[in-house]
Order: sequence, then structure tokens, then C-alpha cells
Amino acid sequence: MWEQIRSNQIRSAILVIGMGVLLFLIGYFLGLYFFDSGIGGLVIAIILWAIMTLLAYFQGDSILLASAGAKKISHDDHPRLYNIVEEMRIASGLPKTPDIYIIDDPSLNAFATGRDPNKAAVAITSGLLQQLNRDELQGVMAHEISHIKNRDVLLMAMTSVLLGTIVMLSWYGSRIMIFGGGGSRRDSSSGGAAQGIIMLIALLLMILAPIFAQLIYFAISRKREYLADASAAMYTRYPEGLASALEKLGASSGQLKSANQATAPMYIVNPFRKKGRAATDFSSTHPPISERVRILRAMGGGASYIDYEKAYKEVHRGRGSVIPASAMSLTGSSSQTVLRPSASDDPGRLERTRETSDVMWKLSNYKTIDCPCGTKLRIPPHFSEKRIQCPHCGINHTI
Amino acid sequence: MEIVLWVLLGIVVLLLLFYVFTYNGLVRLRNQVKNAWAQIDVQLKRRYDLIPNLMETVKGYMKHERETMEAVTNARNLAQKISDGGAAARSKAEGELSSALGRLLAVAENYPDLKANQNFLALQEELASTENKISFSRQFYNDSVLNYNNKIQMFPSNIVAGMSGFKAGEFFEVTAANEREAPKVSFS
Repeated sequence: MWEQIRSNQIRSAILVIGMGVLLFLIGYFLGLYFFDSGIGGLVIAIILWAIMTLLAYFQGDSILLASAGAKKISHDDHPRLYNIVEEMRIASGLPKTPDIYIIDDPSLNAFATGRDPNKAAVAITSGLLQQLNRDELQGVMAHEISHIKNRDVLLMAMTSVLLGTIVMLSWYGSRIMIFGGGGSRRDSSSGGAAQGIIMLIALLLMILAPIFAQLIYFAISRKREYLADASAAMYTRYPEGLASALEKLGASSGQLKSANQATAPMYIVNPFRKKGRAATDFSSTHPPISERVRILRAMGGGASYIDYEKAYKEVHRGRGSVIPASAMSLTGSSSQTVLRPSASDDPGRLERTRETSDVMWKLSNYKTIDCPCGTKLRIPPHFSEKRIQCPHCGINHTI
Repeated sequence: MEIVLWVLLGIVVLLLLFYVFTYNGLVRLRNQVKNAWAQIDVQLKRRYDLIPNLMETVKGYMKHERETMEAVTNARNLAQKISDGGAAARSKAEGELSSALGRLLAVAENYPDLKANQNFLALQEELASTENKISFSRQFYNDSVLNYNNKIQMFPSNIVAGMSGFKAGEFFEVTAANEREAPKVSFS
């Protein structure tokens, strides 16, 4: 595992450095244009970037979870979900079980957060929780745990901060250039041609850099999604679980209220997806769901990285590669899929819906009384009466 | 003359660095193997703890399944007794416990009252999940051993491993006959 992480880190580091170079170029030429000092601009760009990084580093998790309205659960709130996360923690060899959150939202999604594996969390919407059977839930959680294990969360946080700084610098830079007219050399008569060239470069950078940075960002994000799918298949030894879960996710198009562009790469599927878009798209954080399902289904009874790579090539007619070469030796000792009972007929659907709604009521501090007539009475947290009458059969219950 | 000396010194430093990094990498992998083995233990112990609760819950409902229930209890006690023993005897006992438990849960399907019992349902989930955790920790252990053995046997790290006395790890083999024949399935 460790080698795979290291080689990912090297490859991702090159892309991140590329973005860093873009940032420095922008800072340098803006500085040259505005105060006649490229180094000054560089320093400003670096300070801005450092402040944004610190903000993201110390508040990232809490902001993401708080903005999503997530509620933390313990083992007794939802034993099945808790057990599944623990199973995947064991399969991946993470040192500690991540905190588990449920987001009360009917749309279907899940995400992972936490910059280091010891302080990580996974979250799932209540909508998804009631849609998925045990195998599918296991696939989804394996995908999220892979994000933690592969350190994707830290990487994506760092790149999104870089992207944000580049976009911010270009935006303000171009506004000031166009409307403020603040060039320091405006009054001096010397070096007209050189000044013109610098202005042209600065303008070009301000237009192109955000676009390039965005493309790099999306490219990194998509690669990490494929890798997390491959890891999920390896951990569960059952690619069909994730494939069938993704299919359910693809059939829905509800957008998650609490997501935003910066947090999008953390989710299992793009929270802003629109129905029916299938083509590979350079401006997306996630690969098309249909393609991810096709790759997982093409693994043909294997569950290792090699099988995933082969399936990826098959689907892409031999082009491209997702798994770093050094990770290919990690075959997995018994890398066959395990035969499980068919998940297509789904008898537990109604029970899961009830179970999920019970958990959500309980997490909102509602008490539940089971009346002998079969009615469930939900008592709100601020209910002050000592007794309550069942509206169905009229029995009095003490609270 | 001086240049040759510097080159030689450089080579020695590089070799030393290679040795240190490879040695540390091997230690890391060996510790991972040890830790993975301990994880299997944790889950097996958890299963010992769950079984008495299960028996207590099932007792009232399955009066006619005395043999099946006794088989589980006996297999559990035997497995716990030899849990300090050798790996081979141990995995045999655990395999027998697994199949005895499987029989009990299969028979439980015939008792609708039992299947409606909340306590039993919760235990069933815990047991199923513990079985999963046992097999996932075994899977992770075997993957760790594979990584470790690869590193020990492949060039050039095998030189360091040979010099420092790293020995190849043992895989955790499955002994229960029905578990060994994992059928190969294809979704294409």
C-alpha cells in the first residue's frame, strides 16, 4: 500500500507543482506591471496562498461537515452502517475507524474528509443510506475509505486552495488593470515597448491561468476517482457491489443542497450532475458514472489493480492508464471476487426506509414510543407533558 | 587521485543510504504483517464474546435443535481453549466454529418468532459483520504478507533482507473445505 501512496504522491506532486508555477507566473507579471517589481508580486502571491492554505487546513473538515448539516452517529444508532465502515477500515488497514456522519438529505451521495487518516470522517446522505443494500453500501464506503487511505482529501484540499488563489489573483488583477488603470509606469515615458509586452503577458496569463488551473484540478480529481474505484474493488473483492450502487446513483439526478464547487471532488459522484450526460467531459470533477460502472463490470472475476487497469484499457480501447506502475505489483493475495447472493431482488427496501427514518428522528432528539396497536409515536424534544394519548387506539402512554 | 577518493566515498555513502532506506522499509512491512495478525485475533475474540449472548437469545425458541446449539458451544470452547496454540490447529478450530455457526443461523430461518426478535436480529447483524471482519482482516494479513515477501525476495532489496535476517511471512490458509473452493464468477 505504502508504495502505491508514494508513487501517487510523486505524480500528483508534479501536477500540483505545475499549478504552483502558474501561480508564481501570475504573481510575478502582475507585480512587474503594477509596481515594477516581479519579486514583490511573487511575495504577495505567496502570502495570499499561505493565508488561504492555513484557513483551509484548520477549518476544512468542520466547514465541510457543518455546511452539509451532518450528524455524527455511534454504533447503536445504525449498527449496519457502523459495521460496514469498520469492515472496510480493516480491509484497507487504516489505523482508526473514521467518524461516521449522516446528512439528512433525500439526494444520493456520500463523501470522505479529513487531512490525515487518524482524523478522518465519512458521511452519507439519508437518501443513499435507504437506497443501498449491504453489498452496495460496502462498495460505497470502500470507495470513501480509499479516498482517506490514498490521502486524496489532503491533495484535493491543497489543489483547490491553489486554484482559488489563482482565480482570485486573476480576477482582481484584471479588474484593476481594466478599470483602475494603476500601472506604475503609466506616467514615466521610458520603456514603452517593454511595458506593452509585460502588459500583454500579464493579460494573457490572467485569462489563461485560471482555465489551465481548473483543467489540471479536474484532471487530478478524475484520476483519484478511478483509483478509489479500483481500491474499493480490491478491498471488497466484489466490484459488483460498487457498480450496482453507482448505477442507482446515476439514475437519480437530485442535487445536494449543501455542496459547492470547492467540495465537489470529495463526493462519490458529482453533486452537481445533470441527468443523461455521458460523454467524457474535461470540465468535470468526476468521470461519467456509466463509464465507471462499465469498467467495474469488465473486471471479469478479478479484483486486483491489474484487473482494473485491464478493464479500464478495454473500455477506453487501449488508451490511458489509471494505476501507477509501481502499484501494479500489489496484486492482492487472493485477488478473485467472492461469489455473493444476487443483490438484484431487493426485499429489504421498505425496512431500510423505516430504519433510516428512525435514525434521523433519533438524531434530532425525538423519543419514540411503540404503541401496542402498532403505531409509532414520535415525541419532540421540547414536549413537556407527562402523558400522551395514542391517536389511533386511545391508550394513554407515560413518557 | 583526490577525485577517485571522493568518488569512492560517494559510492559508499549511496550504498549506506540504500541500506538504511531498504532496511527501514522492510521493518515497516514486517510490523504491518504483525499488526495485521493481531487484527485477526481481535475479531476472533469478538466472536467468542458474541456466541454466549446468541445462545441465551436462541435458547427459548429452538428447543428442538439441541444438537446444533451444542455443536456451536463446543466449537467455541474448543477454539478459545487452543487460541494460544499453533496457527494450523487454530485455523482448523475456527473453521469448524464458522460452519457450526452457519448451520445454526440456517436452522434459525425455520423459526418465524425468533426472526422477529429484535435482540436476535441485532445479534445476527453483529455475527455476520464479525464473520466479514474476520475474512477482511485475513485478506489484509495475506496482502501484507505478500508485499513483505515480494520485498524480501526481489532484487535489490533481497540483499538487505538476506544480510539482516528477514524471514518470509506465512500466509493464513483457509482450512474449512467449503471455503477453499471460492467459485470464479464473471460479469461480462
